[in-house]
Amino acid sequence: MDTILKNLKNFTAKRKVGVIPGFGLSIGITITLISFIVVIPLLSVLVAISGFTWKEFWDCITDKMVLHAYQVSFVCSFIAALINCVFGLILAWVLTRYKFPGRRLLDGLIELPFALPTAVAGIALTTIYADQGWIGSLFKPLGVKISYTLIGITIALIFIGIPFVVRSVQPVLEKLDSQYEEAAEMLGASRLRTFFKVIFPEILPALLTGFGLAFSRGLGEYGSVVFIAGNIPYKTQIAPLIIMGKLEQFSYAGATAIALVMIVFAFILLFAINFIQGRMNKAAKNS
Amino acid sequence: MKQEIKSSVTRIVLIALCVIFVGVMLIVPLASVLVYSLREGWEVFSSTISDKYTIAALKLTLYAAVIAVAFNTIFGLFSSWAITKFRFKGKNFLTTLIDIPFAISPVIAGLIFILIFGRIGWAYDFFNNHSIKVVFAVPGIVLATIFVTFPFISRELIPLMHSQGSEEEEAAALMGAKGLTIYRRITLPHIKWGLLYGIILCTARALGEFGAVSVVSGKIRGKTNTLPLHVEQLFQEFHLTASFAAASILVLIAIIILILKNIVEYKGKKEENFRVR
Repeated sequence: MDTILKNLKNFTAKRKVGVIPGFGLSIGITITLISFIVVIPLLSVLVAISGFTWKEFWDCITDKMVLHAYQVSFVCSFIAALINCVFGLILAWVLTRYKFPGRRLLDGLIELPFALPTAVAGIALTTIYADQGWIGSLFKPLGVKISYTLIGITIALIFIGIPFVVRSVQPVLEKLDSQYEEAAEMLGASRLRTFFKVIFPEILPALLTGFGLAFSRGLGEYGSVVFIAGNIPYKTQIAPLIIMGKLEQFSYAGATAIALVMIVFAFILLFAINFIQGRMNKAAKNS
Repeated sequence: MKQEIKSSVTRIVLIALCVIFVGVMLIVPLASVLVYSLREGWEVFSSTISDKYTIAALKLTLYAAVIAVAFNTIFGLFSSWAITKFRFKGKNFLTTLIDIPFAISPVIAGLIFILIFGRIGWAYDFFNNHSIKVVFAVPGIVLATIFVTFPFISRELIPLMHSQGSEEEEAAALMGAKGLTIYRRITLPHIKWGLLYGIILCTARALGEFGAVSVVSGKIRGKTNTLPLHVEQLFQEFHLTASFAAASILVLIAIIILILKNIVEYKGKKEENFRVR
């Protein structure tokens, strides 16, 4: 009997899916557009790289200057994403837990880095943090230079990455059931302990997603970083700038080789983020 | 009592931290653009923004953005329908493919179009024979803009439509409604705020795209310079005030976009047909 019911259910389920029209048209258009805009252009990288011998390719991507640029990109993005995790978490917390005048304004401003063109952010940050700039001049007496140093790059990447963390963590905090917190408090746990033992584990996946998104954006970021970096080889040259430099010298092969390495990094990050998000969705469904 | 005082202190400290962070990191850069652009007086400002190269750049930026947003809206509507209303193999793979433009650097986004349509590209001969210039010309700029903004609208619609399920559409279909009617009468009213939200984000990115466009544009003043590229050129030539004046147009657009985004978000949440973030 059970199996018959199951079969019947399966059958109706299958039929149900079948009643909505437009599968052929919509999937056709979707696949066509994805192929033309994403798949074929990306495969062109492989076509372009196939003219390389393995040794040329290897020499190109392990060139000292290139390796240094990867390192700068990686370290600065990582530190910026970490700082964003701290401030993003505090921002998300304050925006969901506290009511105070100006909260909505603060909330609305979070996406500013998405709305403001990166080149505009770039020139603004460079000028503010230069030696004569508003903030740069405050640090100059201390002997700290910000524009055209690694600190400057990191600040630009913090700017660009903050919305990712806030917007990943905020919805999870909003949906968090307060009964566990209350229980922990009733049992005598301090607020700090409640936070780290009860709340933090719940928001950790979202925080990781935010970290991943901010980190990945930082690795590829160009507009907001290019001005403040100053493009000094072995010092503040980042990976996207090396690609740009190679293109300006018409060294397409070199640019493509470095791009391929960055694409591989980006894919690894993308899969990691999707994996965490998949687990989050599953956990949300089970609860 | 002690606990309460302690918690209100934490509260004040945390709020203060947030206000300082947002103030220094976000508001100061925004304000600086406006202040620097007016540093040499209104005359310099108005002459820059009415300069023919600035106007040409603004026009090209808007042109590319309109095409990119229209294209990606069409893609978003069809792809979200295909992905959320039907079951098929490889769906996860397809969704990942849509996300790719978000994951890779804008500079690489520009590079891939050079690798296709540039002098070394495999499609160069074909387009050259038909005397169509793609890269270092307007079509390349449009293509690069479409690529970097490709996922925006579908990424907004897919989770939204997923969470709404498809019972209503099924019922309508069983009662004999045609596809377009179902879409217009049932689906669209449910997703309109999410769709608008996606369009707004997509527009913002399309207007501001720099890295990808900078690779394929060739930066010919008055011809293939978009407004962000124009800002860069003026800045590199040490015309700082002019550069900030041109940037202030983009800042103004950004502020409008931010306000629109918040209105749409508010309305969508009110009508409860919005992706719960």
